[in-house]
Amino acid sequence: MADTSPIFQCKDLKIEARPWDASPIPIVKGVTFDVKPGEVVALIGESGSGKTTISLASLGYTKPGLHFSGGEAVLLGKDMITIDPEERRARRGEHVAYLAQSAAATFNPALKINEQVTESAVLHGHMSQEQANKRARELYEALELPDPDRIGGRYPHQVSGGQLQRLMAAMALVEKPSLLVLDEPTTALDVTTQIEVLKAFKKVIEEEGSAAIYVTHDLAVVAQIADHIVVLYGGEVMEQGPVEQIINNPSHSYTKRLMSAVRPTPSAGMGEGATGEHRREVPALEVKHVTAGYGKGSDGKPAVTVLRDVNVSVERGHVVGVIGESGCGKSTLARVMAGLLPASEGEVLLDGDALKPALADRARNELQLVQFVFQMADTALNPRQTIGEIIGRPLTFYHNMTGRARRERVLEILRLVELPVEFEGRFPAEMSGGQKQRVNLARGLAANPEVLLCDEVTSALDTIVGANVIKLLERLRRETGVSFVFISHDLSTVASFADEIVVLYAGRVVEKGPVDQVLSPPFHPYTRLLIASVPEMRVGWLEDTMQTREAMAGISRGVTITKVGCPFFDRCPVAIEGTCEKIDPPARVDEHGHNHVIECHRQIDELGAPGAAQSAAASAKKAKVAKKANGGSAAAAKAAPAKKPAARKPAEAKKAAPAAKRAAPAKRATAAKKPAAAKKPAAKATPDDLQQISGVGPKIAGQLKTMGITTFEQIAAWKKADMDSFNEQLKFKGRIEREQWVPQAKKLAKAKK
Amino acid sequence: MMSQMIIRRIGIGIILLWVVSVLIFALTQVLPGDAAQIRLGQQATPETLAALRKELGLDKPWYMQYLSWMGNLFTGNLGISAAGGATIESLIGNRIGNTVFMTGIVALISIPLSVLLGLLAAMFPGQLLDRIITSGTLGLIAVPDFFVAIFLILLLAVSLGLVPAVSYLSGTEGFWRSVYVLALPIATLVIVVSAQMIRMTRAGILNVMGSPYIEMAILKGVPRKTIILRHALLNAIGPIVNVIALNLAYLVSGVVVIETIFAYPGLAKLMVDGVQTRDIPLVQACGMIFCCTYVILILIADIASILSNPRLRHPK
Amino acid sequence: MSDTSATADQGPNPDVYDELPDAPPKSRLRLSTTGKVSVAIVAFWVLMAFIGPWIAPYGESHFIEDDALGNPIDDPSFMLPDMGLHVYFGTDYIGRDVFSRIIWGARTTIGISFIATLLAYFVGITLGIAAAVAGKWVDAVLSRLVDAILAFPNIMLGLIIIAAFGSSIPLLIFLAGLVYAASVFRIARALGQDIMVQDYVEAARARGEGLWWVISREVLPNAAMPLATDFGLRLVFVILFISSLSFLGLGVQPPISDWGSMVRENLQGLGNGFFGGALASITPALAIASLTIAINLIVDDISAQAGGSLAKKMT
Repeated sequence: MADTSPIFQCKDLKIEARPWDASPIPIVKGVTFDVKPGEVVALIGESGSGKTTISLASLGYTKPGLHFSGGEAVLLGKDMITIDPEERRARRGEHVAYLAQSAAATFNPALKINEQVTESAVLHGHMSQEQANKRARELYEALELPDPDRIGGRYPHQVSGGQLQRLMAAMALVEKPSLLVLDEPTTALDVTTQIEVLKAFKKVIEEEGSAAIYVTHDLAVVAQIADHIVVLYGGEVMEQGPVEQIINNPSHSYTKRLMSAVRPTPSAGMGEGATGEHRREVPALEVKHVTAGYGKGSDGKPAVTVLRDVNVSVERGHVVGVIGESGCGKSTLARVMAGLLPASEGEVLLDGDALKPALADRARNELQLVQFVFQMADTALNPRQTIGEIIGRPLTFYHNMTGRARRERVLEILRLVELPVEFEGRFPAEMSGGQKQRVNLARGLAANPEVLLCDEVTSALDTIVGANVIKLLERLRRETGVSFVFISHDLSTVASFADEIVVLYAGRVVEKGPVDQVLSPPFHPYTRLLIASVPEMRVGWLEDTMQTREAMAGISRGVTITKVGCPFFDRCPVAIEGTCEKIDPPARVDEHGHNHVIECHRQIDELGAPGAAQSAAASAKKAKVAKKANGGSAAAAKAAPAKKPAARKPAEAKKAAPAAKRAAPAKRATAAKKPAAAKKPAAKATPDDLQQISGVGPKIAGQLKTMGITTFEQIAAWKKADMDSFNEQLKFKGRIEREQWVPQAKKLAKAKK
Repeated sequence: MMSQMIIRRIGIGIILLWVVSVLIFALTQVLPGDAAQIRLGQQATPETLAALRKELGLDKPWYMQYLSWMGNLFTGNLGISAAGGATIESLIGNRIGNTVFMTGIVALISIPLSVLLGLLAAMFPGQLLDRIITSGTLGLIAVPDFFVAIFLILLLAVSLGLVPAVSYLSGTEGFWRSVYVLALPIATLVIVVSAQMIRMTRAGILNVMGSPYIEMAILKGVPRKTIILRHALLNAIGPIVNVIALNLAYLVSGVVVIETIFAYPGLAKLMVDGVQTRDIPLVQACGMIFCCTYVILILIADIASILSNPRLRHPK
Repeated sequence: MSDTSATADQGPNPDVYDELPDAPPKSRLRLSTTGKVSVAIVAFWVLMAFIGPWIAPYGESHFIEDDALGNPIDDPSFMLPDMGLHVYFGTDYIGRDVFSRIIWGARTTIGISFIATLLAYFVGITLGIAAAVAGKWVDAVLSRLVDAILAFPNIMLGLIIIAAFGSSIPLLIFLAGLVYAASVFRIARALGQDIMVQDYVEAARARGEGLWWVISREVLPNAAMPLATDFGLRLVFVILFISSLSFLGLGVQPPISDWGSMVRENLQGLGNGFFGGALASITPALAIASLTIAINLIVDDISAQAGGSLAKKMT
């Protein structure tokens, strides 16, 4: 194929839905765009824009119920719609491959990962099973998956979500397709995982030289990965052009609106700070030393503890944002406040008076003052009740309103949340997602509460709709003086709306304080990681951030809840071995701030003076930062137009591998039982800073040294038996994915050269 | 974890069997009058009644009776038929083979037939074959078993004269002769049982075919045949085994009507006769046999679905 | 996928960019042709159950031979137009008019089955929802009890209970009610549990609503539609169950006419060919089949429109 001619052309593509009882409904209404070799084209739009449907057309596929009704989808010179079905089948996988949104659902639970990754290549007769396995292994390594030798032998449910997402990329890439179709591949992931997966995707796309169609609703993600953007609305192209133009200089009004709906990336100095204007003696709602969880253990405590010794206070008229990854206990905190989940220890105070932990024991007026707004309006509104009944019920229940008074108040509230009054008689199913969310809020407001607990109320909404709901919340807050507890996993949203932020990690408050102070140094290491993970809407952010992130190695870990100590210990770049995991961190007050508290064993001044993000880590790991910078410059060179340096990478990898092996054989023979015998080869090499490997602290590094392990190469050459024996010697409790040492060591060894 | 679940299921199965035995015993104990009275009928004098009660152990408290009844069940000493005076073991012994023979053949035919037809229907959903199969089976599961039987009798025995309408076995026939004589009841049961099984197999496979990993396989360019045989069937096999076991359990009910209609000397006919003559010991014994079979088949169905779950088979 | 759920004529208005609505207003239930025919059949039988005795040419146990000369057993196609006696489907084994008995039988068969299903529903839903809402030991006890009932094949439980108590219509109603209450319990409990974990129920609880409100206003209205559809299927099962018992001679006892018993009574006529007596057992069998198939088709039609999710819950 010539370099200039497009790999894929979408020409006036039309797709319609044909319901059995109605006339056809157009879904895609004549869409035209090209994908050139090596180019990443992003299809961006909200739900209903037809972006997924269009992307699937490149495979000549429509979801059940949809039909092609016009136009062409030309892949490498042939229209995938009219092509002979056998040939179309043969081209799928070979020339064009698809990556779905949820890897967990797209892997067959009954087949091993490797079988599924290699299936297409073997079935199409392009590779023997051995070749395909070899290719798959290469891809696992390129995608930085742990233990590439054995991960393919596992079943899908045996690996983590982020890993599965990357394995799906391997499945798509196994036949080196000319075109990759990525359908929201990072949407379901946490920010800290997303960045890792995004990085892996970008790297592989560059290395393989594939063209790609990247489907997403997230402009910031697009800015990182795309060359060309197609903006869709209602099945039509609104605007298309190079990424810089669309991001920096959008011309179409829809694109502009889309851009304006994106929350600015959180940065130091954001937020207005606590004004103290509504401040009174007692906070509206306060949570003191609360421990809570699910199930019942033998000792009366919860079987699974989700929150541990949590303190939060909500000042009158303030908005407290609660942030953290999934599984950190954000929703649980709100449920404890509402009484839906009684705390096993500690207390919840309303206006200074302790509330009964359980809902059933609380008085009706206490319930009225704290209202809960659920995340999913779809399930939070009873489908069999009209909007009028839904909003009217709290009026009757708490305020004994009936008849005319009630109806008038309902209409008033509908106007308050900017809904037409005709909606009174409608059922939830007849409304859009954003409208339902407004009703959901309206129900909470109807109770006339003092505190409104909002659990991820914008997460399920499209960008523009979500932005409008936030605007509404801001207005409501001004007009009603209600306090908000605003829970979200999206730091940008919280930063733009809240007065104070509470950062939760694994059921512990790791940092809290006014927005501007939490978002500027000193940081808790977790807050720093979170902030660094939020994609910025500018080209090149991914590369920049990957260079500077010292916590990189820890980001692909899941959240583990611990009984004592700091739960962030196993991901923390500045963890103090022997202290952090054993002793609960002290709450350190930032003297320069106002009510800014960080729970960490490190001193406040170690946690980053303003402007010197690296310095805290640097004190412990100067060497590491230097190394990163070296590696980083290479990455920076690559970041620009170059696709050539990328091609160099596999070669490097091959070079590095034998090097590691050279060090290995002498060891492998003896080391299986006695790793200490590996001293000899180590003596020749200059020692490396093993602490650069995540999970290796000073203590373990010391132990490794006594065993004669001082270089990356040595660790890179570890086999399973070695690991097992080290495991014993190091008295490993399995807290850290030790398997990841080896790939990390390999990378570090490579970087050294 | 998986073995724990299976052991738990088996434990529940054993408890259910015990509950069933208690219920059967209790239900037949609340009768006005007892086995002794029924056997002696009008001729009963207080003395003979008392004597027979003592002989049958009916003078003991109910829990002692239950224990001795259970003991007898395990030792195969099932007592004497209230009606005929013959031992129940001999009555059942004569019949049980017939029932097992017939249901065995029905299972042998209907299982492969149902899986095949269910698979075919699922492979071409919405097409002519599928529509014939689904509407046909929908009609069949909605009609009584005896309707199918009567229809077959009229068609095959009366109009065409192909097979006998009454399935009498003298016990001296060879295998094929027996099958010939039993052609109608077997055909009826096969139709009735398969209709359910086909529908459930089809639903099971279609359910799997709708999952995202099948769509992924299509998008990987995997041929349709491979998708069904490798991706779908592998995941549907648990549900299918489950369906098969459940429907074999259904056979337990099916034989009751079918043996009656064809006057086939099987266990179910024996039990129905026992109910009509209110021969309690006989009903108890037959009921226990049928209910045990049923509980065990349902247990197998449960275990099959546990075993077929890859998440349980390959724990983390 | 919401990507595909766009609605009609949502031309992009460049200035508004409204969020696309979720679903069009609910369309009313529309039955297919087979559905309509099925409704007609069911309606016919229900009508017969109500007015049958007044329009049947003969009484339930009226012997035609009393009215006529000749022997209708030997000549089942026997008609006596001169005397105003018209026999549509012949007479049965002892000379009663089959047509009349089928019309009379509609009342017995449908009546018993309907009352039994109602009973099963009343008991099953009450206990099922109670188990779902109360949880804990209430749920545990009720569920184990139901497990025990379901450990018997339906017909086996029927046989054993009839052996113990003898057959009568109240017993049949109780029996079918008991057996099917167990399966209704399971469905109601599953539905109730599904609904109880919905956020709108949690929202009601968070508001402080009492148990009665939660059950009557949140749970029941949402369980009503699936349960109503299931009622049709359950009715079919009950009709088949009662007919089978009657067919075995253990159900409705003579001289009351009932479709299942009629099949049994006239079974020996089968050997005489279609018009030679088979008609007397075929017609009641057809009556049962027409009713049950029709109900099934209606349920199928409704659940197909509801997305077919019901069909999955049924087995």
